[in-house]
Amino acid sequence: MESYEAKKGEPQAKETAQAYNAYILNRMPKTKVLQGCIKAFIVGGLICCIGQVFIEIGQNYMGMEALDARGFASICMVIIGATLTGFGVYDIIGKFAGAGSVVPITGFANSIVAPAIEFKREGLVLGVGANLFKIAGPVLVNGISASVVYGLLYFLFLR
Amino acid sequence: MEKRTGRTIRLQKKIRFAGCASIAGPMEGEGPLGSCFDQVLEDDLWGENTWEKAESKMFYEAVRLAIAKSGMSMEDMHFLLGGDLLNQLIAASFAARQIDIPFLGLYGACSTMAETLSLGSMLLDGGFAEQVVCCATSHFSTAERQFRFPLEMGAQRTPTAQRTVTGAGATVLTSKYGPGPYITHVTIGRVVDFGIKDANNMGAAMAPAAADSILTHLEDTQTRPEDYSAIFTGDLGTFGLEILRDLLIKAGVDPKDVLRDCGAEMFAPEQDTHAGGSGCGCSGITLNGRLIPELQKGELDRILFIATGALMSTVSSQQGESIPGVAHVVQIERGAQ
Repeated sequence: MESYEAKKGEPQAKETAQAYNAYILNRMPKTKVLQGCIKAFIVGGLICCIGQVFIEIGQNYMGMEALDARGFASICMVIIGATLTGFGVYDIIGKFAGAGSVVPITGFANSIVAPAIEFKREGLVLGVGANLFKIAGPVLVNGISASVVYGLLYFLFLR
Repeated sequence: MEKRTGRTIRLQKKIRFAGCASIAGPMEGEGPLGSCFDQVLEDDLWGENTWEKAESKMFYEAVRLAIAKSGMSMEDMHFLLGGDLLNQLIAASFAARQIDIPFLGLYGACSTMAETLSLGSMLLDGGFAEQVVCCATSHFSTAERQFRFPLEMGAQRTPTAQRTVTGAGATVLTSKYGPGPYITHVTIGRVVDFGIKDANNMGAAMAPAAADSILTHLEDTQTRPEDYSAIFTGDLGTFGLEILRDLLIKAGVDPKDVLRDCGAEMFAPEQDTHAGGSGCGCSGITLNGRLIPELQKGELDRILFIATGALMSTVSSQQGESIPGVAHVVQIERGAQ
């Protein structure tokens, strides 16, 4: 038998693995990308339209400034996303729409509320507290890091 | 006669199925096999406050029911062999603390049902016990939270993804005289890894292990697929089953329509589970709820039951490791009635 060093961390044989992976990729049922894009476009667009309605309401009927109206709309959308998650509807929308319901702010609300519901049993501190940002956390960390890099580049070259 | 031929163990005693029990979740109950199961849960929490407790209860109740159906009592059982998918086997071992039978917890991922039957039948054949009870359980909601996303997350699944079956299957095996079906041969699988890293494509990851075990078993027993009424793999799903068929044909063995998969037949297409069911409960409830009764009725005569396991964890997946697979073969025969 070969030594552990010789076989460590390797699948049975590298060539077999490569050939098998290529064969599987070729044989695998494909995700319907175009169909998925269209669904995402329609649902995502619809969610944004609802957001726009809140902006208009804020500006035209509640006497808000443009910036305040946007904040108001965001808050409304987060509440809607969180509520739909709580009622077990958002995952059904997500199954149909994919990125269309993940990318808007309602998807952000979903990614926070879903773990909150899920980890309730493990308690408020080590359950909900520790897992609340389980899904959204990586997005926030990388998003904020990217914004810092972008800000630096802007400061150095474009200011 | 030799007890071993190659990697296959030939049991000398008649190891028979004395009692079988299957408890299935609500969605499994709505599927095509719904009427086969002893009990279908209306709610997957089953009156408990956590899913983990519900899974443990399924294990306990399945064991109890199998023993009751065998006409024996808990005291008659010499070993309890069981497992589930949760970290540190909490469903099985927490159930076992309420069962006064010496317990061996086994982790074989989704291959657990065949693993428990293999070891159980060897314990019986070796004369170390006269009755053993084997049980495997899995639960959709506990598996989702451990391996994937929270249930209410609005994420899409890939076409090869499978749904973990909520269910527990338990079997009482005995070496005492009585009617079949009987376990005649057992082939313990090797761990095979062809380098698949996609945790949503476990069928493809496990298919080479299944092929290896099936080919070994056929060679060791000098049989061909036609010699069996059915060859049932555990949870390769629709896609994994196609791959296994390809692999067997490539090795010069055409399984024709004998080759089937418990996972691929667990749900109806309109239930939209993508590639089918998975989890150790999948093969567990199919064996105990469907295959053994069909063998008893004479609808099947001689089958191979091959539960397949994908031996990865969330840690290994995140560290970019490929998914090793394992598959154990249990040959079951109706026997002379």
